[in-house]
Amino acid sequence: MSSAERTKANGSEIMITIESMHKWFGDFHVLKDINLEVKRGAKIVICGPSGSGKSTLIRCINRLEEHQQGSIVVDGTELTSDLKNIEIVRSEVGMVFQHFNLFPHLTALENCTVAPIWVRKTPKAEAEESAMEYLERVKIPEQAHKYPGQLSGGQQQRVAIARSLCMNPRIMLFDEPTSALDPEMIKEVLDVMIELAESGMTMLVVSHEMGFATAVADSVIFMDEGEIIESNDPHNFFNNPQHERTKLFLSQIL
Amino acid sequence: MPGTHPDMPPPVKTTGPVAWVRQNLFSSPLNTVLTLLSIWFLWSIIPPFLDWAFVNSIWTAGNRQECWDQMASPALGACWAFIENRFSLFTYGFYPGHLHWRVNVSFILLVFALIPLLYEKLPYRKYGLIYSAVFPFITGWLLVGGYGLESVDTDKFGGIMLTLILGVTGISFSLPIGIMLALGRQSNMPVLRILCVLFIEFIRGVPLITLLFVASTMLNYFLPPGTVFDLLTRVLIIVTLFASAYMAEVIRGGLQAITKGQHEAGDSLGLTYWQANRLIILPQALKISIPGIVNTFIGLYKDTTLVLIIGMLDLLGLGDASLADAQWAGLANEIYIFVALFFFLTCFGMSRYSIYLEKKLHTGH
Ligand SMILES: Nc1ncnc2c1ncn2[C@@H]1O[C@H](COP(=O)(O)OP(=O)(O)O)[C@@H](O)[C@H]1O
Ligand SMILES: [Mg+2]
Repeated sequence: MSSAERTKANGSEIMITIESMHKWFGDFHVLKDINLEVKRGAKIVICGPSGSGKSTLIRCINRLEEHQQGSIVVDGTELTSDLKNIEIVRSEVGMVFQHFNLFPHLTALENCTVAPIWVRKTPKAEAEESAMEYLERVKIPEQAHKYPGQLSGGQQQRVAIARSLCMNPRIMLFDEPTSALDPEMIKEVLDVMIELAESGMTMLVVSHEMGFATAVADSVIFMDEGEIIESNDPHNFFNNPQHERTKLFLSQIL
Repeated sequence: MPGTHPDMPPPVKTTGPVAWVRQNLFSSPLNTVLTLLSIWFLWSIIPPFLDWAFVNSIWTAGNRQECWDQMASPALGACWAFIENRFSLFTYGFYPGHLHWRVNVSFILLVFALIPLLYEKLPYRKYGLIYSAVFPFITGWLLVGGYGLESVDTDKFGGIMLTLILGVTGISFSLPIGIMLALGRQSNMPVLRILCVLFIEFIRGVPLITLLFVASTMLNYFLPPGTVFDLLTRVLIIVTLFASAYMAEVIRGGLQAITKGQHEAGDSLGLTYWQANRLIILPQALKISIPGIVNTFIGLYKDTTLVLIIGMLDLLGLGDASLADAQWAGLANEIYIFVALFFFLTCFGMSRYSIYLEKKLHTGH
C-alpha cells in the first residue's frame, strides 16, 4: 500500500512510523525499543535529561544517524542503507539545529537558496523570490544580504528555519532550537515556530520550553536513558505525570 | 553626573605621526637602542648598494671590459649590460629565434588566463574561466608545435619560459589533485583512504631531487610500455605530484577545521557528497587554507630551480651557465640579483594576492 492509499484508508495520513527501533554507538545502547507514530500535522515535543537520546532519535529520522534494528518509515519511504531513499527522505524533512549551522560564507539569502537551486534545480531567480518570502515569514527580510556572522543568535536561528522551509519540507525537526540563545531572543524564535505550527506543519521538537509545548504540542514525550518513558498531551503531561522519572525530571526543570 | 559628560580630547597626544614614532620606535630604552642600530645598519647598507646598482651602473656594453672601461674604476658599479645582452636567452632559453613570437603569444595568453581566475568581478567571468581551462592546451600546442606549426623539441625550452611552464603547470594541477587527495584521505572508503595516505606519505618522505632523478632516468620504466614521455613531461608530472602531496595536507588541515554541523546541515538539506563539498565545505576549507596553499605554491615555484640538477636550464640554470662565459666573467652578483629579483617579484605578487583574497573572503565570522 502506498502512503497515499493509506491516507485514504485511515483518514489521517501517517507521516512517520518508528517500530521497535534500536540504536547503538559502539557498545553503547543509546536508543531502546522506540515506537512512535506521527500523524500529518502533528506537533510532538520531546523532552528528557541531557544524554537521554533525544537528539539521536530525531537525527535517525533524517538519517544523520543510522539505526541498527527495527524500522523507520518517513512518509512512505523506509530508511535503509539505500541512498536513493535517504535522499528522498532528506528532501522532505527539514532540520533546525541547536547551533544553527548556517553556512558562514554565504549570505542569509544564499543560505536559503543553495539547496533549492542545487537539489531541487529551481531556477535562481525563482529560488530567491521564494527565499525572500520565507525570510519575510521569519521577519528578517532586511537581513537577507548579511552574512551569518553579522546576525544575532535569534536572527541566525530564524534564517536557519527559513533555510529549511525553502525546501518545502513536509516534516520539520527541531533539536533544542532555543537553548543556545540569550533569553531575550528565545521568544522571537518560538513565535516563528508557533506560526509554523499553526500553518499545519508536522513538527518534532526537542525542547524544554513548557510554554511552547503547552501552546502547540499535541503530545509531549519524555525520554530517559534511551527509552520513551511516557507520552501524553501537554496538559496531563505537565500536571499529572505518571512515571516517577518524569516527575523527578519535571521537578528539576520547573 | 551620569549622562552629562561632554566629549573631551585624549590627555596626551596619542594620534599623528609624532605619537606613532614615539609609541613604536622609542617606547623604551631597549626599543630606542634597537631603532638606532637598525637605522645605522640600513644607512651603511643601502646607499652603497644604490650607488653600485644605479648611480655607477652601466646598461649598455658588448662585454665586461667595455663595461668596466666606462666606470671610474673597474667593478665600481653594476654591469647590467650583461643581463641586457643575455635577456633573450634568459627569456626564451634555446627556443629558435624566428619562433619567439610563439612564446610571446603564450605569455600574453597566460596573462589573459590569469585574469578571470584572479578577478572575481570580471564581466562574463564564466567564459573567461572556460578560456582559462583550455589555455594549457592552446599554449602547449603553441610551444611544442605540430598540427600545422613547426615542431620545437622541449629540450630547447629554457629560462623564464621554462620556469613559468614548470611553475604554472605545477600550481594549476597541484591544487585540484591536492583537493582530491585530501578528500580521499578523509573518505570512509578504506581502500581509497589507504591509497591516498600512502601516496602522500611516500612523496613527503622523499626529497624532490630524488624524485627528479627518478623522472630523468627511471620513470619511463614505470609507465605502460610504448608511452615515452619527454623529459619535460616527466618533470612536470613529478613536480605536480610533489606539490599535490603537500597541498593535500594543507587542505586537510582546512577540512578538519570545518565543524560537523556544517556537514550535517548540508546532509539535512539533501545536498549530495559532491554538492556539499563544492558548495559548503571546500569554499570554507580552502579559505582557511589560503596562507598554506600560497605558501605551497611559492615553495613549488622556487623548487622548480632544482631542475638544473638534471640538466634542464631554467632561469637560474641559464644564469649559472652564463657565468662560464669568459667575455663576461666575474659578474655573478649581477646575474644572481637579477634571478633573485625575478623570483622575488613573482612570489611577492602571489603573497600579496593571497592577502587580498583573505580580506575579500572575510565575512565577519
Ligand atoms: N556520535 C556519537 N558517538 C558516541 N556516542 C554518542 C554520539 N552521539 C551521542 N552519543 C551519546 O549518546 C547519548 C545520547 O546522546 P544525545 O542523543 O545527544 O542526547 P540528548 O540529545 O538527549 O542530550 C549520550 O550519552 C551521548 O554521549
Ligand atoms: Mg541533544
